[in-house]
Amino acid sequence: MVAHLLKLKLLLLRNSFKRSPWQLVGVIIGGLYGLGVIAMLGVGLFYLGTREPNEIAMYLVLAVSLITLGWTVIPLVAFGVDLTLDPARFTTFTLSRPKLATGLLLSGFIGIPGVLTLLLLLGQTLAWRANIAAMVAAVICGLLSALMCLALARWSTTSMTQLTGSRKFKDVAGIIAIIPLILLGPIISTSMGGFESALDWLPTVSAVLGWTPLGAFAAVPGDLASGALLVGLARFVLGLGYLALVVWAWERGLHKAMENPMAPKTSAKAVGMGMFNIFPSTPTGAVAARTMTYWLKDPRYAASIVIVPLLPVIIYFASVNTGSTIIMMWLGPMLAILMAFSISADISYDSTAFSLHVLTGVSGVADRTGRVIACGLIALPVTLLAAILPPVFLDRMYMLPLLLGISLCALLGGLGVSSVASARFTYSVPLPGESPFKTPPGAGARMAVTQLATFGIMFVLLIPVIGLAIAQMVTGNELFGWLALGVGIVLGSVFLLIGIRLGGRWMENRMPELMQAVMVNK
Amino acid sequence: MSNSYLDPSTAALSIRSLGKRFGEKVAVNGISLDVPSGSFFGLVGPNGAGKTTALSMATGLMRPDAGQAWIHGIDVWAEPMRAKASLGVLADGVRLFDRLSGRQLVTYSGLLRGMDRATVDERTEDLLRVLDLDDAGSKLVVDYSAGMTKKIALATALIHSPRVLVLDEPFEAVDPVSAANIRDILSDYVSHGGTVIVSSHVMDLVQRMCSHVAVIANGNLLAAGSVDEVRGDQSLEDRFVDLVGGRGTNEGLSWLHTS
Repeated sequence: MVAHLLKLKLLLLRNSFKRSPWQLVGVIIGGLYGLGVIAMLGVGLFYLGTREPNEIAMYLVLAVSLITLGWTVIPLVAFGVDLTLDPARFTTFTLSRPKLATGLLLSGFIGIPGVLTLLLLLGQTLAWRANIAAMVAAVICGLLSALMCLALARWSTTSMTQLTGSRKFKDVAGIIAIIPLILLGPIISTSMGGFESALDWLPTVSAVLGWTPLGAFAAVPGDLASGALLVGLARFVLGLGYLALVVWAWERGLHKAMENPMAPKTSAKAVGMGMFNIFPSTPTGAVAARTMTYWLKDPRYAASIVIVPLLPVIIYFASVNTGSTIIMMWLGPMLAILMAFSISADISYDSTAFSLHVLTGVSGVADRTGRVIACGLIALPVTLLAAILPPVFLDRMYMLPLLLGISLCALLGGLGVSSVASARFTYSVPLPGESPFKTPPGAGARMAVTQLATFGIMFVLLIPVIGLAIAQMVTGNELFGWLALGVGIVLGSVFLLIGIRLGGRWMENRMPELMQAVMVNK
Repeated sequence: MSNSYLDPSTAALSIRSLGKRFGEKVAVNGISLDVPSGSFFGLVGPNGAGKTTALSMATGLMRPDAGQAWIHGIDVWAEPMRAKASLGVLADGVRLFDRLSGRQLVTYSGLLRGMDRATVDERTEDLLRVLDLDDAGSKLVVDYSAGMTKKIALATALIHSPRVLVLDEPFEAVDPVSAANIRDILSDYVSHGGTVIVSSHVMDLVQRMCSHVAVIANGNLLAAGSVDEVRGDQSLEDRFVDLVGGRGTNEGLSWLHTS
């Protein structure tokens, strides 16, 4: 029975490749990339094997704990529960609870992340090759650690669904949860204050983690290698206990969910006409009103707004670390490009709801303009603030005109480029209602090429203004800055107009093809 | 099946040799069909027969590999914007902009077509009332049931008072009372000169409701004409099964007999 479930998962994976070759390409690229990383880490593990057992154990416990923590937390924000084998679909079959749980758990190994994690955790053996007992223990504990990862992932996502009955909670939680993850890097790099001081407290952290579910298994081979057989045994038993506890908790939550499926809570709150009363009642105004509503209500758009306050924080940390505030000056242009970029996959985000635009025969220019207006109303004040505040507060007023010029050119031109890109290129994006940070499998290759090209063209269009900025920095003549401001606004507006016209024409000519593309992505 | 086709300019919808293939599979195999103006036209066929594909190509949602389509004489693929202006479509299997409320969504559909706001507001309220969505109108479409979603999608197709209505599976998941209301609206619309094309696989419904019917299977048109012409002295359901085939003998599952 367990074998049947595993076979089913494998079949589902294979069939998804048949449906779209791009998905296969994405998985192969992702797999090769992952294998490359694993190979490098394997070399690292091999060299780690030449160190003292204490040191080996410390690094391995830390690394394995981090991987296990990743498996616990990342699925929450990124994918939600893995519903490839949705337990609810098995309710009508007479599957015994333990068999269903075992099958579901082991099916986690089928897929790129599962396989790579298993390989990596088994790779610990390389580091313990000096000691036969530790090596054997590393194989067993590696397997168990991998199981622990899968069990924790299942447990965290299942208990999360218990909490997240309402759509609104899911919408908000998905965005809030990502904030600490984005800020993790800068916070760690700043608070660590250099690798040397880290060496002081890392052993303590590692010792503590060795007794928690995250690192218990990883610490066992080290105990054996340093001769502490009893400690090792105790830890191993403790680890098994943790594993059993997690599996039990998950299995219980799973059955609670299956036996009492929660009725989706619907919000009874009435909404008025909202944006439709604010924007003019024309096709363009209607598109602007609709996209503005989505900017405020759809978590996939709200996610790009969350970046706005986060980017200054990240850049601030970066500037503190490098000791130079000059990088803060580039906040305006960076935010401008990011905001402009956020509508470059607008039709992909519409998904098949785009059919309404096709059926009503709305003109391409009205569609493009409406989307630009909604995005621009949010992006323009943000860009202005981000371009004006840093030079004012950091006392670099002489940079103000040129920064404003670059930022406005980046925003206007970028919106133009996005208007063309979204009319021509679609790729798999999270579907309406899905987590904004979910990456659909296989979106990789096509998405990366499209996004890279879009960013590239936005940058190329900025070259004339950047040239003027460089001229000011070289000559020190502020006239070039004012020139950059004027040229930036004029050029940006021209790019925007061309983008809307060209994008509008392409959209009108390609409506059925766009429709087919979003049908495939659904 | 009659071979004398109408002039495209007199029919509400005309298609000629419309074809589409997906890879190896021929989804629609060169269909020609006329839907007379003022008819209530049923398009029936088994699952996967090509109904949705054919309707998508006739309404500008999917580009055909071959053939042409006209709405009241306007070539759908030569002048798509003009053809769409007189066409109301309920597409099957597509999402709606479901973060809008029902009222916002219907208004949006009207405004996209360039209608003036006063007319849009008046008609939106009328549509919500007759479709029994008065209260639901101010809730988000994402929280609607399947039947309510179908009804609000129907409202977005009606707002501009089109000359031709193309409805793909309009009664799926709709409760009997609402379905009866929708049938009344459609009959009234037809009696005042409109043309309705519905796809369905509920034969009984088509026989009672439609004046004309076409049978599609495996991408081919098997029969077309008035309902009485097509069914002869049989019920439409029996005639359909005869045409399409595929009925098994009744000896299949003897082990299922419990006694």
